[in-house]
Amino acid sequence: MTQLTVNNQKVSLDTPADTPLLWAIREKLNLTGTKFGCGIAQCGACTVHLDGAPVRSCSVPVSAVSGRKITTIEGLMKTRTGKALEAAWNQVQTPQCGYCQSGQLMAAADLLNKAKKTLSREDILSAMSGHICRCGTYNQIAQAVALAQKTLKGGQA
Amino acid sequence: MNPVTTVSRRAFMVGSGAGSLGISFGLASAWATLDAAHAQGLGGAASGNAFSPNGWVHFGTDGSVTLLSPAAEMGQGTMTAMPMLLAEELDLDWKQVKVVQAPAHSKIFGNPRFGGGMVTGASRTVAGYYDPIRLAGLQARLVMVQAAADMLKVPAAELRTEKSTVIHSASGRKLSYAQIAKVAQAPAELPKVDKAMLKPMSQFKIIGTDIARVDVASKSNGTAKYGIDQRMPGMLWASVLRAPLHREKLESVDDAAARALPGVKNVVRLPYGVAVVADSFHTARQGRDLLKAQWSTTSKARSHNSAAVLAEYVSRSQNLSDAGVEFAKHGDTPAQLAGATKTFSATYTSEMVSHICLEPMNCTAKVEGDQIEVWAPSQSPSFIIGALSGAAGFKPENIKINITLLGGGFGRRVEPDYALDAALVAKAMPGTPIQVIWTREDDITHDKFRPLTSQHLVAGVDAQGKLVGLLHRVVSEGIYARVAPPAFKASGGKDQPVMEGVEISYGVPGHLVQFMIEERGVDAGFWRAVGPGYTKFAIETLIDEVARGVGRDPLGYRLEMLGQHPRAQAVLNQVAQMAGWGRSMPAGRALGLAFSDAWSSMIGMVAEVSIKDGKPVVHQVWAAVDPGHAVQPKNIEVQVEGSVIFGLSAALHEKITLKNGEPQETNLNSYRVLRANETPLVNVKVMPTDNHPGGMGEVGLPPIAPAVANAVAALTGKRLRSLPFTSV
Repeated sequence: MTQLTVNNQKVSLDTPADTPLLWAIREKLNLTGTKFGCGIAQCGACTVHLDGAPVRSCSVPVSAVSGRKITTIEGLMKTRTGKALEAAWNQVQTPQCGYCQSGQLMAAADLLNKAKKTLSREDILSAMSGHICRCGTYNQIAQAVALAQKTLKGGQA
Repeated sequence: MNPVTTVSRRAFMVGSGAGSLGISFGLASAWATLDAAHAQGLGGAASGNAFSPNGWVHFGTDGSVTLLSPAAEMGQGTMTAMPMLLAEELDLDWKQVKVVQAPAHSKIFGNPRFGGGMVTGASRTVAGYYDPIRLAGLQARLVMVQAAADMLKVPAAELRTEKSTVIHSASGRKLSYAQIAKVAQAPAELPKVDKAMLKPMSQFKIIGTDIARVDVASKSNGTAKYGIDQRMPGMLWASVLRAPLHREKLESVDDAAARALPGVKNVVRLPYGVAVVADSFHTARQGRDLLKAQWSTTSKARSHNSAAVLAEYVSRSQNLSDAGVEFAKHGDTPAQLAGATKTFSATYTSEMVSHICLEPMNCTAKVEGDQIEVWAPSQSPSFIIGALSGAAGFKPENIKINITLLGGGFGRRVEPDYALDAALVAKAMPGTPIQVIWTREDDITHDKFRPLTSQHLVAGVDAQGKLVGLLHRVVSEGIYARVAPPAFKASGGKDQPVMEGVEISYGVPGHLVQFMIEERGVDAGFWRAVGPGYTKFAIETLIDEVARGVGRDPLGYRLEMLGQHPRAQAVLNQVAQMAGWGRSMPAGRALGLAFSDAWSSMIGMVAEVSIKDGKPVVHQVWAAVDPGHAVQPKNIEVQVEGSVIFGLSAALHEKITLKNGEPQETNLNSYRVLRANETPLVNVKVMPTDNHPGGMGEVGLPPIAPAVANAVAALTGKRLRSLPFTSV
């Protein structure tokens, strides 16, 4: 039994210790916003925040997160950053198939939380190049992240 | 009475009065087959007094209107585009519209361009449904108008419609569709409609506007549900072990270790593999890794080594005495080439590429008795019905299919193989919902790759440099030959998807296209843009080479050959203007131009390129596209951009290497795709014209590789003739 905090709630997972966090989140906690894409930390679809930092949940065993704090896309969307990103994603009409977008949003939130200056298109694309979008929405993602940054700076959202 | 029953009964009552129409608009079966989830999402479904003028439209008494969308939503925006077509003719207030995925009922919801089947692909959704759905909308409007006429006791001819309201101008009286729906009775016979009654382009109020896509909100906050997100009480997960290459059968398996693993619930043998069923996907996958399987060794693919096979394809394409199947013929090409002042010939190759839908193949199924219900992220319920009624032994009428959102399609999800997995395992475990998930390695190894091809082209010009003859020879594995053998045979061996794009708008007195099919034991399939992804690469780079070879500008040379095609000329002129074609470029940069007329959409494209470490770097792309009527202009822009990026990814990086039939790249650490930091700026201008809409979901793909290759030639003098590009 592994105890941890997911989206500010204490949970217990009775999965085998080597179960990747991804599957525990999706199957045991039924938080299906976090996606399976490659299983080897190459595509970014399964990104969650572990103690505030992005990790690939497909490659983190449940045993490694005992006592730690996880934020998934469901939790992110309740935060000020998450809401700003969601609004920007809608305004730009960013997603196509949409399957990668949870991971993209998790990465974007981390980028915005750490950013010390106004992010350029190149800054955003470079920082988010660990996240594959097969539909090719990279330019729309860059626009939406820049828009969300503007919103957050302006104290809206 | 539960809502489902209410809807079904109502549907049958209305449907029983519906006459035959020429187009099948009967709704009874469609509504009757709506599952509970659908029905609960329908506005007014629970009221018991809602109204459905025909199978496509459902008016709730609360003012909502539910429109059924027949095609699979894989990011191309179809779940918005199809309802927009209905709403246009029905004069709906879009704010009231709800969209529901149509049930798998091809008699009503089939695409005429797929012979009435429910298939989403080949850029045929808007093109195929454009008339039938607008006619359905018009018909529904006429039903509402007649009902209003009866209510107001005025002739229907005195009424007009606007924003979900019927208006009697003379008296100023108005009835909302919701008011009408409360009392309307289905007519004994639905009104007759024909194409001449549809709105002209100048009267469009919804088509051509940028309405927010209905699927974007849930995809912007993680709540969108894909096939892999299906959850049901008691559901188990399954992972299927297949052979390491295509077309082998299971001979035997030792599953003792797998069965002993805690959490494993069952091991099910399939004709082509072994499924391990467990209480979690991770456990199923661990169990599957413990299987010791013996496979047949008869697959032809075992002798397939990419480099060697490609060399054989190249030789065959260059062997002009092997005429293959004559795919297309205009004029006397051999005579034109024999009489040419100068000829240009070149051989083009393309490696196999994989789809990499980011949502790996998966399907959920549940069997009760002789009934099966599946939840599939699929481009084709019709193909699933085919597979499940064939290989899984279910009667078609006992198969219920729910199409979920698709995490990428790109042609891969036309195939029903993953649905068959779920059906066979569920059949072995009646009453238990089963979700089969493919690993990324499964997904690539058992992909249906874009085929390996070699193309040899010979172009001849006269003394004035004018193109007089073009011979185009294509060597490839078949696609229709595999998925639709009877249709392939009936066509005389012409594999349409493989060869798509070989027909050209350019005026050339002699044009001959030959197809040499290969059967090497590897499944070739529909990969975004299919044929035009490599045929236009060959044509457009050779045209560029010929133009330069006769001292002409590639833009002017193309424009001259497109004298009969003003739409083609217009997109080329437009894109030339956007990109500043002919301007002096910074050192180390060059522009390349290409054109495509595939799927009846015209597109001109220019790429700005430099070279780094022997490889092209694409900085910016401009495209001008004429789709005919543009249903969602902004969405067209991003579809073009997305297909540019998809095509650029393949041209720069993508390649599946087979060694004794086994793919050497099986995940994203070895199979490289384009990432954010390599993405060019893409500028798209949509140029609508008053023509039937062409395809849009793939149209940006064919011209990108030749535009880049032509820019590289302008920069270095070297011609790139392989996909992916070799170093220069």
